[in-house]
Amino acid sequence: MQDSLVRLLQRSYAFDHRRKYEAAAPGWSREIWAQFAEIGLLALPFTSENGGLDGTPVDTMIVMEQLGRYITLEPYLSTIVMAGGILRRAASTEQHESISTKVIDGSLIVSLAHAERGTFGSPSRVGTQAVRSGDLWQISGHKSCVLHGDSADLLIISARTSGAPSDAKGITLFAIDPRATNIDIQSYALHDGKSASDIQIKEVLVPDSALIGCVDDGFRILQSAEYETLAAVCAEAVGVMSELHQMTVDYLKQRKQFGVPIGNFQALQHRAADMYIALEQARSMAMYAAMMSQTDDKIAIAQAVSSAKVQIGRSAKLIGEEAVQMFGGIGVTMEFKAGHYFKKLTLLEQFLGHADHHLELLTSGPGLFELE
Amino acid sequence: MELQFNADEIAFREEVRAFITDNLTEEMKQGMLRGGYLIRDHVIEWQRILNKKGWGVPHWPVEWGGAGWSPIKQSIFTEELQLAPAPRPLSFSVYMVGPVIIEFGSEVQKKRFLPRIANSDDWWCQGFSEPDAGSDLASLKTNARREEGYYIVNGQKTWTSYAQYADWIFCLVRTDPTVKKQMGISFLLIDMKTPGIIVRPIQTIDGGHEVNEVFFDNVKVPVENLVGEENKGWDYAKFLLSAERVNLARLGVSKERLQRARELAARTPYQGRPLLEHAGFRTKIAALEVELKALEITQLRVLSAEGQSHGAPDPASSILKVKGSELQQATSNLLVQILGPDALRRQEDAFDDWSSMITANYFNWRKVSIFGGSNEIQKTIIAKSILGL
Repeated sequence: MQDSLVRLLQRSYAFDHRRKYEAAAPGWSREIWAQFAEIGLLALPFTSENGGLDGTPVDTMIVMEQLGRYITLEPYLSTIVMAGGILRRAASTEQHESISTKVIDGSLIVSLAHAERGTFGSPSRVGTQAVRSGDLWQISGHKSCVLHGDSADLLIISARTSGAPSDAKGITLFAIDPRATNIDIQSYALHDGKSASDIQIKEVLVPDSALIGCVDDGFRILQSAEYETLAAVCAEAVGVMSELHQMTVDYLKQRKQFGVPIGNFQALQHRAADMYIALEQARSMAMYAAMMSQTDDKIAIAQAVSSAKVQIGRSAKLIGEEAVQMFGGIGVTMEFKAGHYFKKLTLLEQFLGHADHHLELLTSGPGLFELE
Repeated sequence: MELQFNADEIAFREEVRAFITDNLTEEMKQGMLRGGYLIRDHVIEWQRILNKKGWGVPHWPVEWGGAGWSPIKQSIFTEELQLAPAPRPLSFSVYMVGPVIIEFGSEVQKKRFLPRIANSDDWWCQGFSEPDAGSDLASLKTNARREEGYYIVNGQKTWTSYAQYADWIFCLVRTDPTVKKQMGISFLLIDMKTPGIIVRPIQTIDGGHEVNEVFFDNVKVPVENLVGEENKGWDYAKFLLSAERVNLARLGVSKERLQRARELAARTPYQGRPLLEHAGFRTKIAALEVELKALEITQLRVLSAEGQSHGAPDPASSILKVKGSELQQATSNLLVQILGPDALRRQEDAFDDWSSMITANYFNWRKVSIFGGSNEIQKTIIAKSILGL
């Protein structure tokens, strides 16, 4: 599958292709998505009994790194890794038949709507409410920065069914139709060419069959899926960084000033070497996060993904900023691709918590080496 | 590849730990905690303990006393010694001249020197750097001219660590001044008792005596002490330096320091509560741990890629040298900061434990980004060999 993916991206995801995909609605390529389905990419993390491939976090890492190399626009992270991770853990047999099957064949785009404005750093803070109304649940609230909300055919939404606003217990997941009346979706472009939405939900009624997992038990599932997503984001960033670094080194060999390639200058050679060190350190931590995600030790997983995100954030900043600097003027143009890689890195660095946030999380846990 | 140890490797780690616990004396351990200078008697005694167990030179080929371990097991072994901490093996002997003799030496040299190196019967020092040949090592000037079965050596070496204890020195000398500088260098083994050798100590900023100048005045070296071929010494030196680079990550040393920083911070009051409880301090320590973890995984990747102990080191091992030295320096500085005002005192006997040596050690360890190919040299290796610049 990795080879098919590499061939597909080489063939159909040159930077000019990407520009075309971004310009036409929905801002990514349904054709590419169908080909992802064809080579099994969309089935990767699902279990074989639900039509999936039993892929591990390491398999996801390999895929995400490739997707990062081409700064792809398709909703793989949001639909397959995030929403898929939740479905794999919590969906009922009926839901696998009605939802997962369609995700796998490429006909259904699903987005997770969990974060709300002002909840950064407090993952269990959920203000959206779901209350009983006869046999139904009535959901009201707002969600912020829902990735690919405008393309979503289905939303998985977190709502509070009991407890105080920041309690881990009392969060429940629901599958809702974004086209239902009383749901207002405001979409906007992100700096990486993808889109996201803010969503207002006003007294939307759903039946029990919309529950994903058990009542009040959603946070555990959200958290596991988030760890998996963090590991995937790290791998994606490694793909973006390695491509950007290679691009920069090639440019140093080709661009001439003062009669020589600028790569002859030691000032730039050493900085390119620093970028390489940062890249390899990031790659090591992305591998570590993926490998640890395969274990059952939740504290160790949390430590591993946070420490990986710290390293990725730092490496991404160094490589992104240095690459733009070395490209000079063309590095800050829309026309040339390097700047887009830099922007992608900046978003990945911010997404699901920047380096400082994860460092803060690490300080409250045991030392990284005390677990051994 | 695996980034976690398998059951066999974990069992091996336990075996190494148990052996160290049973055999490492408190005196040796305290000697290491107090600053990391090699204490001559400890180094020799510990090397002999390891050698008796068959672990003296585990990375060598089995026929010369190697243990036949995988690169991963070798790194586990090294790290456990560093964590203990046990006296460091004399790298000039077991990691430098030993492997060069094994790879390029004559049968006579192997039989004569290798068992004595494994058992620390001879103390070796390294005669590479000269006053005008540091990073540009190949421009060295110490010369050797051949005369009736001898090389007559004249010149000066410097930064020679522990030459004051040495029985032997391995030297790069110029044997042909007429060719390109790398082509006229030979690798000689010289008995330190030979007339005409003078050792002069250099005191470093921490107040210690570790390095020396070594002067050669018409020193007669039998030709059978030439390693390999005449004028091929540069190749042997490159072999030696790249092997040294792998060894320089010294992960266990930095891990042990971080562990010590936690312990020290837990009993150091700051603003009415232990320093370890302050968020700023915890952030600092967590940031270092992340970098160290990343380096640990990178080292595993490099070792897995090398696959066997005698393969040519991956140029990626330069990462290990650069990051490894930065972390050793950062962790030693962290300990200084924990000490606060107590870090100012110079006297060794100001405290009754290792903390008296912390600041001196920080000064001393500025060397780790300078020796073994400075970090600037390592970055040039990365730029040229990996990036093709």
